[in-house]
Amino acid sequence: MKAFKGALFPIAFLLLWEIGMRAAHVESDSLAAPSQIVVAFGQAVIDGTILHRTGETLLAALCGLCIGGGLALVFSILLGLVPAFARLMQFSIELLRPLPPVALIPIAMLIFGFGFSMEITLCAVACFWPVAVYGHAAISNIEPQLLEVGRVLRLSPAGRVMKIVLPAALPRYFVAFRLSAAVALIIAVTVEITINPLGVGFELMKASQSLHPDRMFAMLLWIGVMGWSINAGLLLAQRRLFGSAGVPVRGR
Amino acid sequence: MRSNRALWYVGSIGVTALLIGFWQLVADHGNIPAVFLPGPDRAWDALISGISDGPIGKVTGATVERMVFGWGLASLFGIALGSLIGSSRRAREYLAPSLEIIRPVPVSAFMPVVMAFLGIGANMVLVVVAIGAVWPVLLATVHGVSAVEPRLLDVSKVMRLNRFETLWKLALPNAMPDILAGARLGLTVSLVLTVVAEMLTSENGLGYYILLEGRAFHSANLFAGVILLGIIGLISNLALQAAEARLLPWTKR
Repeated sequence: MKAFKGALFPIAFLLLWEIGMRAAHVESDSLAAPSQIVVAFGQAVIDGTILHRTGETLLAALCGLCIGGGLALVFSILLGLVPAFARLMQFSIELLRPLPPVALIPIAMLIFGFGFSMEITLCAVACFWPVAVYGHAAISNIEPQLLEVGRVLRLSPAGRVMKIVLPAALPRYFVAFRLSAAVALIIAVTVEITINPLGVGFELMKASQSLHPDRMFAMLLWIGVMGWSINAGLLLAQRRLFGSAGVPVRGR
Repeated sequence: MRSNRALWYVGSIGVTALLIGFWQLVADHGNIPAVFLPGPDRAWDALISGISDGPIGKVTGATVERMVFGWGLASLFGIALGSLIGSSRRAREYLAPSLEIIRPVPVSAFMPVVMAFLGIGANMVLVVVAIGAVWPVLLATVHGVSAVEPRLLDVSKVMRLNRFETLWKLALPNAMPDILAGARLGLTVSLVLTVVAEMLTSENGLGYYILLEGRAFHSANLFAGVILLGIIGLISNLALQAAEARLLPWTKR
C-alpha cells in the first residue's frame, strides 16, 4: 500500500505527459513523450553509447575518488592524531574549503587540456574535503581508552593507526566515502556538461544542442539512475557492513 | 585557556602565510612556466587592478546577484512547498518517495534540459540555479516540519489552533535548524551552479570571466577570479553561520 501511494504520483505524471503529448500532436525540439524517450534509451543501449559513456564517467569519478579520498585519508589521520597539526592548519582549511571545485575548471584545463586527467583532478579536489573533515571528526570521536590501550601495548605509530585508529573509525570513513562518491559523480557530470568532451554528461549536452529531446531525456534519466543506484548500493553496503555504527554525528 | 586558543589561531594564520610564501617561492624559482602558475604577487596585482579599472568588479556583482537571487527564490519556494508537504501526512505519503528518487540526480544534469526549453539567457541561469538550490531546503523543510514533537501537536489541538497557525507557530520554528542547515547547503550549491551556468551560457559573470582568461592564458587574471570565488564562498558561508547563531540562540553549545 505504501509503495503504491509513493508510485502513484510519478505514474500519473508520466501518463498525463504521454497522453498530453499525443492528444496535442506536439512536435517539439525540447520535449519528447515518455514512450519516445524509452525508445531512444533502448537505441542508446543497443548501439553501445550508454555503456561506453558510462564507463568513461565512472572511470573518471572513481579515479578522482580514490586519489582525493586517499590523500584526504592520510591528511585526516594527521589532523586527528596530531592536535598541534590540526590547530595549525585550521585557518588554511577554513580559507580553502569554501572554494567551489568548479572554479578550478579553467585552471585544470590550462594545465591538462581536455581529457581524463583534468576531470580526475577536479573530482579528486572535490572529494578531498568531505573525507578530510568527516575523517577528522571520526578520529576525534574514537574512545580515548582505545588509544590508551595502544599506548600500553607499546604499539608503533603505524601499528596504532592500522590496528586501532582505522578499525575504530572505519564505519564513519565509509560514510565519508559514500558521500564523496556522490560528489565525485556530480563533479564528473558537471565537468562533462560544461567543457570536457567525455562521458554521459557530454552525451546529454550533445543531445540537447542537436535538438534531440528524446535522447536528451533518456540521458538525463540514465544519469539519474546512476546517481540513485550508486547512492542506494552504498547505503545498503553501509547498513550490511556496519549497522547503526555508521550513522554520522549530527551537524558538520 | 581562551588566550591559548587565540594563540593557536594566530599560529595557524602564520602557517597560511608560510604556505603563500611557499607558493611565491615555487612560482619564482620552480620550473613551472609562469603561464600555468602566477605567483601570489601577480595574482594579487591582477585582482586589485581588475577591481579598480577592469571588469572584475562588474562580473563579480553579476555573479553574486545571480547566486543570491537564485538562492532566495529557491529558499522561498522550498520552504513554502516543504511546509505544505511536511504538514500533511497524506501529501507526505504520496510525494515524499518521488522527492527521494529525484534527490540523488546530479543537479547540473538538469542544465542542458532547461537550456533546451528556455534557450540561453539570463533567465535560464536563474532558473537553473533555483532548481538546483531548492532540494536541500525543500527536503530539510519537509523533514523538520513533519518531525514535530507529538506533545506539542497535542498542545496545538488543546489551544484550537488551525492548520496554518500550527504550522506558523509550532512546526516552522521547530524546523528552523533544519531549514537553515538546508539553506546553507543551498547557497553553496547555488554558487557552484551559477559558475557552471555562466561558463555554459557565456553570460557575463565570474564563471565566464575565468574561463575566458584561462583560454587566453592570462593566468594572473584567472587566479584572481578563482580567489574571488573562494572569497564569495567564504563570506556567504560565514554570513549564514552568523545568521544561524542569531536566529537559533538555543542551539549554541
